[in-house]
Amino acid sequence: MSAISINVNGRAHQVDADGETPLLWVLRDDIGLTGTKFGCGVAQCGACTVHVDGDPARSCVTPVAAIGSRKVTTIEGLESRTAKAVQKAWVELDVAQCGYCQSGQIMSATALLEQNPHPSDTDIDHALAGNICRCATYVRIRAAIHAAASQLSA
Amino acid sequence: MTKGRFITGMLLSTSLAVSVSAAETVPLKKPADFSGIADQAERSRSLFVEAGKVIQSPRCQNCHPRGERPSQADDMHPHQPLVVRGLDDKGAIAMRCTTCHQTANFAPAGVPGAPKWHVAPVEMAWQGKSLGQICEQIKDLARNGKRTLAQIHDHMAHDELVGWGWHPGGERTPAPGTQQEFGELIAAWIQTGAACPAP
Repeated sequence: MSAISINVNGRAHQVDADGETPLLWVLRDDIGLTGTKFGCGVAQCGACTVHVDGDPARSCVTPVAAIGSRKVTTIEGLESRTAKAVQKAWVELDVAQCGYCQSGQIMSATALLEQNPHPSDTDIDHALAGNICRCATYVRIRAAIHAAASQLSA
Repeated sequence: MTKGRFITGMLLSTSLAVSVSAAETVPLKKPADFSGIADQAERSRSLFVEAGKVIQSPRCQNCHPRGERPSQADDMHPHQPLVVRGLDDKGAIAMRCTTCHQTANFAPAGVPGAPKWHVAPVEMAWQGKSLGQICEQIKDLARNGKRTLAQIHDHMAHDELVGWGWHPGGERTPAPGTQQEFGELIAAWIQTGAACPAP
């Protein structure tokens, strides 16, 4: 165990953790941000997706020591114009069913739209292929991303 | 969920991520082992066939896919989850290689990693080709990243991502021999004229 400095949602944190600890558990257990979910633990489901310097990362397979000075954003800290459009579309289309995977879905969707404001269906499928939804809300997820894109370009 | 429950989940789910059981590492012959072959072109071809044990191993082939999608594990099944090479061979937007792969293997989850993790450009695709076809491709400036033979040797003997093939972690079978031995075979192949096996 050692003191590790980490910037999450714009705030500096000092945590006492082994460097190999997955970022997910530092976020949830040490910092108390439980919006990021545990799904599989092996980067197969996407429920644990956060942003590291703006790019999606599976926090369950990211050792906290690998973060260094990069900035981590979780679902709780997502507040860009794009993120707000995504969240609005999610509500308007009533995307979530059980909701467990949705924070990961929204993190990936927001990152996609930040870098590709007008994604095709294929772009969406490729960007979110690693985010599994056991309720199979994929059709609504795709529609919501298109809706957010339209809202952002209006 | 707490760390305790996380560990239980990891124990259950890691078995899904690992590949078939690791086989024993295959040794490589040394260039000197081919000195008895009098004909230089034949010796060169034989050296490349030996080096081909590495080139045709899953550790190399998985990241030289012929399509948009890499394969994984010793049985070379399609990468799970679905990933594509994207515009820069490092994944699609918002689903980059680095979304999951770190700069080093992450043993607790069995996820491999190395610096510059990416797939080879499509013109360097090896999957589905014979060793002779791969040999000609490696020498073709239009299909080898405009590398000279010296640069090909440097890539194979010293590149960090190539080197990961001998330290893949988990239950993945390492590439045969060592990267140094592989580099020595490639150097000897070049020195003997870089002859290729029949396609």
